Amino acid sequence: MAASTVAASELLHNMNKQISILFPKASCVIRQISTSSSRCDCPPQMRAKSTPQQLVGVVGLEIHAQINSNTKLFSGSPVGFSAPPNSLVSPFDASLPGTLPVLNTRCVEAAVMTALALNCTINRKSLFDRKHYFYADLPTGYQITQQRRPIAVDGILHYSLLGGKKSNQMIRKSVTIKQIQLEQDSGKSLHDNLRSQTLIDLNRAGVGLMELVMEPDMSCGEEAAAAVRELQLILQALGTCQGNMSEGQLRVDANVSVHKPGEPLGIRAEVKNINSARFLCRAIDYEIQRQIEVLQRGGTVQNETRTYDSKSGETIPMREKEGLQDYRFMPEPNLPPLIVYEDNASLPTGIDACQVVVVQKIREGLPELPSVKRDRLVQTYGILPEHSLTLVNEDGLMEYFEAVLKATKREPRKVIGWVKNELVAHLKQQDMSVSQSPISPSALAELLELQETGHISSSVAKQVFQEMWRSPDKTASQIIQEQDLGLLSDTAQLHSICQTVLDSHPDEVHAIRNGNKKVLNKLIGLVQKETKGRADPVVVRTIIQEKTS
Amino acid sequence: MLSLTIKEMSLALREGKISPTELCRKCLNRIKKTQHLNAYITVTEELALKQAQEAETRLLQGAPKGPLDGIPIAVKDNFCTENIKTTCASRMLKDYTPPYNATVVQKLFDQGAVLMGKVNMDEFAMGSGSTDGAFGPVRNPWSYAAPYREQTGAAPDSDWVITGGSSGGSAAAVASLTSYLALGSDTGGSSRNPGALCGVVALKPTYGLLSRHGLIPLVNSMDVPGIMTRSVSDAAIVLGILQGLDIRDSTTIPAPSSLTELPEYFDVKNICVGIPKEYHAPGLSEENLAQWSRVADMFERAGAQVKQVSLPHTQYSIVCYHVLCHAEVASNMARFDGLEYGHRSEVDISTEAMYASSRHEGFNDVVRGRILSGNYFLLKQNYEHYFVKAQKVRRLIADDFKRVFSSGVDVLLTPTTLTDAACYSDFTQEDNRTRSTQEDVFTQPVNMAGLPAVSVPTALSRRGLPIGLQLIGPTLQDQKLLSVAKWMEQRVGFPSISDYGDSSESRNDTGMTKREQTSAV
Repeated sequence: MAASTVAASELLHNMNKQISILFPKASCVIRQISTSSSRCDCPPQMRAKSTPQQLVGVVGLEIHAQINSNTKLFSGSPVGFSAPPNSLVSPFDASLPGTLPVLNTRCVEAAVMTALALNCTINRKSLFDRKHYFYADLPTGYQITQQRRPIAVDGILHYSLLGGKKSNQMIRKSVTIKQIQLEQDSGKSLHDNLRSQTLIDLNRAGVGLMELVMEPDMSCGEEAAAAVRELQLILQALGTCQGNMSEGQLRVDANVSVHKPGEPLGIRAEVKNINSARFLCRAIDYEIQRQIEVLQRGGTVQNETRTYDSKSGETIPMREKEGLQDYRFMPEPNLPPLIVYEDNASLPTGIDACQVVVVQKIREGLPELPSVKRDRLVQTYGILPEHSLTLVNEDGLMEYFEAVLKATKREPRKVIGWVKNELVAHLKQQDMSVSQSPISPSALAELLELQETGHISSSVAKQVFQEMWRSPDKTASQIIQEQDLGLLSDTAQLHSICQTVLDSHPDEVHAIRNGNKKVLNKLIGLVQKETKGRADPVVVRTIIQEKTS
Repeated sequence: MLSLTIKEMSLALREGKISPTELCRKCLNRIKKTQHLNAYITVTEELALKQAQEAETRLLQGAPKGPLDGIPIAVKDNFCTENIKTTCASRMLKDYTPPYNATVVQKLFDQGAVLMGKVNMDEFAMGSGSTDGAFGPVRNPWSYAAPYREQTGAAPDSDWVITGGSSGGSAAAVASLTSYLALGSDTGGSSRNPGALCGVVALKPTYGLLSRHGLIPLVNSMDVPGIMTRSVSDAAIVLGILQGLDIRDSTTIPAPSSLTELPEYFDVKNICVGIPKEYHAPGLSEENLAQWSRVADMFERAGAQVKQVSLPHTQYSIVCYHVLCHAEVASNMARFDGLEYGHRSEVDISTEAMYASSRHEGFNDVVRGRILSGNYFLLKQNYEHYFVKAQKVRRLIADDFKRVFSSGVDVLLTPTTLTDAACYSDFTQEDNRTRSTQEDVFTQPVNMAGLPAVSVPTALSRRGLPIGLQLIGPTLQDQKLLSVAKWMEQRVGFPSISDYGDSSESRNDTGMTKREQTSAV
């Protein structure tokens, strides 16, 4: 089924009210009791809230990924995100009588490719069904989907997230993919309350969707967000979906319940209208906490559909359903069974390999997946796995990192520290993407090179970095020159500064002479303070050692 | 001249005995004279004259497009025609004009056929009398021909007979000599039934051989465009033009062979004709039974092997047909909500209220009834019990046919209908559902199995009305089926309506009045 729409923000609220008519389905995810994944690796503040009875969250996801194809699933209309309303509509999309669906092979290939990347079993024969409900942006009165036999089943998505005390340990997880099915997207309804009318845009009607059903193997928002992020990276690497959540290319609905580990799962609520990974995390954690509180008060959790309000950070029940919806499924009579072939050898005679979907051909064309990319980074550059997670998960960060490496002789392990601790920290603080960074890879490389060659100390390098962030038009050397931040190369001057420090700290000098070498570092620090970090610590250490020996 | 076959008329056009525009005008005149039949919903006079003019130019240049160039045709009003109203004889689509041509219509246009108009039917093809359309009932041309008038002494204004349906307008157009070919549609017998009652050849090809793109569906898994002509050879010519793969319809299949002309002399000595015993159904008239026996004897005398066969699941077919038909109708009709096109009610208090009243106002009680029961069959709690069961029985019915054909039978010979055409006044005593159950009994199993079948006019009844017999063939054996049908046609001696003079024109004035009354329904 199609997921909630993404529309102009002022319309969003009204639309939410309407969505219950559109998608009132309580999904039928088969629940599994999983003891291994019921422990939550959520941030400490989440765990602190958990109750003495140890109720924990259980999360399953239903994800609608818009297939990245030139034309729609069953018609030749172009697919486009921001075209003028109703400009990408064929007679079939508008449900004109007498029109028939013609399956777009590209969409099938995308689903097969995605299924292979998620280790699914591909059904050699799958079927299409009609799912009936009346809604203004569903022109035929039914959606063509794959209810009885989807194109792929039983896959697994491996993902990792950073956890542990300092959130710097990599934790590996996996979630079962129950099925992937092909189906049509709906159009969009825009409700104009002023004139009390509903406007329909059918540009999206009939666009191909892959619905991925993830089993309830996750236990908190962070896990769900990490799984979705990994899926997003996979889809983008495959090119089967652009994966932009805010544009509705990737729509995530979360089925959330709570239970005590080892006991049957609780009643679940479905949370919709989540349009970013961050909101997904917050919405789920809010919902888990809400359900725990409901149970603690002695109440019961309702099986209902709730919508996430990103402003308040709360989930709110959607308008009550008007009775139970019966979708009256029936086979789609205008589409023969969808057959995919394992390899060219299994093709029946007389069938052109170009006209059909051959799994082997798609398997051979699979690009490098994010997990392989991370392993390669660890191997090639000798960095830690958790570093590779950050490099791959941040859009453009790996490319940035590799560009810096190309322009400097510094070791990758040193560079990753800079990229992760300085660059990413600064970007996060200002909610910017890598491509928006005011410091280019080559500018950072220049800075690191200056440090490497002994022109500046590491503490000065950090100062320069901040200055470069503020004034992107200045190079590192310009800043160093202007602010006179270069290392003190005058040995006589250094000797004199060291002498002054030693003279004013006779106790420390005495301690060193008695063999307490740790005090040496304190004196070095004092010299650095005196020189505003411009002294080479190695040289300072030598001088002080000489003078105290 | 108007009573010629396509083959004969095509030759006359090439030889310059008549020009396409002359022919077109003659047909248009005849449409006006036979208006009381109510065969046409829309007469496309302007387009017809334009197409005839173009055909004329080609013929004068000695470069006709094919056997249909300049030939007047009619198309049932459930095939989409670009910029020409396509109503399905429903208030819902009263003013609907499609932006595209159905594939079969386009193929006829590409061959230079001249469209006279869109012809009448039961609303959304749901019926077997052509009495349940929003534009009033169609009258059988034989109601006004001498045999019926003389035999029954009927008063034509009150005792006219129905055409059968749902493609009654198509049958009437061909029988009343206003078109040489009419497209019908056949879901449970909708082409063969009126073909038999109006004395024209009606071919229901193998499912998938003709594209359904642009045919407004009744039951997608059974609908087939029907070919209605005055001779079996004509049907073969048209089949050859229309058959084949269409990328716009994923259920089409490539034609097994490019159909060439049927053999003039076909030897039935090596043919085995099966007579299904289950078709001796209650309600089969003595006369229809007599014709069935006569033709069976005819085959036998000519050296064909004629043997009784059994299709044991036949009796369950009609009830399963109704379950499957109503379920698909419920689904297919869901799109008519008054939003994108079609009738929209004035009620606008809410979207749901607008849907409800648009659909209530737009559909007749037959359509609404089928939607209701179809949705009932599809409910989660009923699906297994009705829909799935009906599908299983459908398989058994198809297997019955398969078994018979694999046992050496080449064609099955059966009646097409139980009786000759009923009087309108008698026919409308019963409700649509009862009538459909009776009328489709011999025809719908073929649709359940997807087989080719053809109804061939056989004789006039004692009332002076046509009786047809049906030949059923194995899947994709359409050409062989037609060869046998032609052999039969050559021997049964069915008369042309033109043999009885132009009596059908004589009811013009009174008929007009009547038509205006009925179309105001």
